[in-house]
Amino acid sequence: MTTRAADRPDSAERLPGRDAPPEPAAPGLKSRHLLGIAGLGADEITLILDTAEAMKEIGGRAIKKVPTLRGRTVVNLFFEPSTRTRTSFEIAEKRLSADTLSIATATSSVTKGETLVDTVRNLEAMSPDMIVMRHASSGAPDLLARICRSAIINAGDGMHEHPTQALLDAFTIRSHKGRLAGLKVAIVGDLLHSRVLRSNVLLLQTMGADVWACGPATLIPPGLERLGARPTTSVEEAVEDADVVMLLRIQHERMQGHFIPSVREYFALFGMTPERVRRAREDVIVMHPGPMNRGVEIDSDVADGPYSVILEQVSNGVAVRMAVLYLLSGRDGRDDESLAEGR
Amino acid sequence: MNLLLKNGRVVDPANGRDGEFDVLIVDGAIARVGRDLPAEGAEVLEITRGWVVTPGLIDIHVHLREPGQEHKETVATGAASAVAGGFTAVACMPNTDPVNDHAGITQFILKKAAEAKLARVYPIGAVSLGSKGEQLAELGEQKAAGCVAFTDDGRPVATALLMRRALEYAGMLGVPIVNHCEDPSLKGDGVAHEGYHASALGLRGIPGVAESLMVERDVSLAELTGGHVHIAHMSARQSLRAVRAGKARGVNVTCEVAPHHFTLTDAALEGPPKYDTNLKMNPPLREAADRDAMLEGIADGSVDVIATDHAPHHADEKMLEFDRAPFGIVGLETAVPIVCDRLLHAGKISWGRFVELLSVNPARVFHLPGGSLSEGAPADVTVIAPDTRVTVSAAALKSKSKNTPFDGWELRGAVAATIVGGQVVYRHTAS
Repeated sequence: MTTRAADRPDSAERLPGRDAPPEPAAPGLKSRHLLGIAGLGADEITLILDTAEAMKEIGGRAIKKVPTLRGRTVVNLFFEPSTRTRTSFEIAEKRLSADTLSIATATSSVTKGETLVDTVRNLEAMSPDMIVMRHASSGAPDLLARICRSAIINAGDGMHEHPTQALLDAFTIRSHKGRLAGLKVAIVGDLLHSRVLRSNVLLLQTMGADVWACGPATLIPPGLERLGARPTTSVEEAVEDADVVMLLRIQHERMQGHFIPSVREYFALFGMTPERVRRAREDVIVMHPGPMNRGVEIDSDVADGPYSVILEQVSNGVAVRMAVLYLLSGRDGRDDESLAEGR
Repeated sequence: MNLLLKNGRVVDPANGRDGEFDVLIVDGAIARVGRDLPAEGAEVLEITRGWVVTPGLIDIHVHLREPGQEHKETVATGAASAVAGGFTAVACMPNTDPVNDHAGITQFILKKAAEAKLARVYPIGAVSLGSKGEQLAELGEQKAAGCVAFTDDGRPVATALLMRRALEYAGMLGVPIVNHCEDPSLKGDGVAHEGYHASALGLRGIPGVAESLMVERDVSLAELTGGHVHIAHMSARQSLRAVRAGKARGVNVTCEVAPHHFTLTDAALEGPPKYDTNLKMNPPLREAADRDAMLEGIADGSVDVIATDHAPHHADEKMLEFDRAPFGIVGLETAVPIVCDRLLHAGKISWGRFVELLSVNPARVFHLPGGSLSEGAPADVTVIAPDTRVTVSAAALKSKSKNTPFDGWELRGAVAATIVGGQVVYRHTAS
């Protein structure tokens, strides 16, 4: 394996007291894109989580930066509002020394009627190395992957997948439980419209967890069992002896589709209260991908309770995204050895 | 010029014929069908052994896009696509721009078809003005101008009251109401069949019941009014059940199925490639149980007609996110190879049933001339080479649009020649 230019020992560029993260173990990730958890093997998931361990340490330093992606250009293309995910990717990119650029819908030419394909072809003409995309349409990253040279990272597409969220969730669970296999994970909320649900179910069942998915009958997608989760409308059954309770956001606009009568009733039937959490294992952790609706899917006493790891998820998001960016970098055969020499 | 089709296997169920016969065409009409007919100065077209001569195929569900969307298709390119697909006649849907809700538009379409001099084109008029579901269009004038049926296709006939009136009124005129059956509230903003694959791909689902609920409504209204309702592009097993029940009690209901609905299922959406917008159509590809029900209905006679729902869209329009791309695929040029390969050679239907589904019944349902090789009938004839292998090439389609999910498919069965009014308008060139 050739040494990556950016990782080569280079004292002038070394930051105080630190080495770059380890080389990815061969064979690394099979795909040059991260479009979803679907298609990732257990070994690849483990590789990403292990790499994230090394990345996490960087975030704890006084100078939180390594030169790994120096000279690489990453475009963050966000067609849907996002604070957490976009910030998390930006920080991850900056910690790896990538040149980053973020585009939000309001400032893009999409509002002028340009198609997604044209927008991205124009961006590609400026030779980015990676494109991180958030889009309201399921499958939009797959469309880009068919036409792009750049590595595509899915930062959430419609109701389809949000792979880095599931990875950071797995990272958080693993750091508390030491494993994923054999754990009972209860996911409660709007299952139907949630990309977080789909990515988490795929990841957790690949890793051998026992996944329960709970929500009102109106919000359970058909075929959920085949995806790898046990559907239930009983929050008590879902939470019983759970190692992990994960909540999903209930969007107020769901009332228009007659999915739920009111957020008040939703909270009464499904809201995660301290009483309900008590049915879980004593060492349960409670998670939420955000943004939270306090008093709808989660009681404030739970959100801020001792078992809540919600803010930890956010911290881990940076490390996991650094790992993904790193593992997908320089896999396009255009490794810039010569540019590094002339530096 | 007169024409003698020599030694083909003639399948003409309307006249009880299936065997080797000659067909003599004089002055654009069938003059005689018999054995060892003398040429009498007619040009002789020797039919290769094993090829089949049928009454001209008729597709009663196509979108020709003109006027208004000529970048997708025109009457001329659509007619060229039709004859290349073996269809001597097509009935075109009114969801043009403007909607065909006035005699002037019908006349314009007929004028374009006459100029193209390829397939016969029978316009279908809108049930309501602008297909908005608010006010009944002038069906009488439209019929006089040349419309053979009425529909608000692309949209369902909006209310039970409008459907009732349309059936009564069209019944008086002796023409059918064709309905795109879909309960709008259940369809919502769905883009794929509701089920496992839509769930896995995060696509909004449309349940089969969204279709069958309205089929049941329309069967009941046809029963009430005595009118004739024709169910367009039936896709759900529940709809087939409703049609069968209606037929069993004597309701004047007929139905059609499109080739993609008896060939593909929603599993195809998983790719590769995933989210192919050439698999997006309305009604959507449904699950295997529905596909199998359509095959069963075709085999047992519950399904009257195979119609393509030929829906051309420009490549740019399909090169979009799945939920933003338009519904529909082209179908005229792939229908015969698919029906041959998947139904005939698969042993699901006979040649007699083939001709019923693609010629006899389409003519009967819309009261069109054609559907037989009776002496004196217009000489619309399709010659099929059932054993010729074809590889579908989207780029080579005669249609202006190339939005087919069958690109690259290898199928056994090809159109050898298409004859309209005694003129050979298409001949297969061996590739």
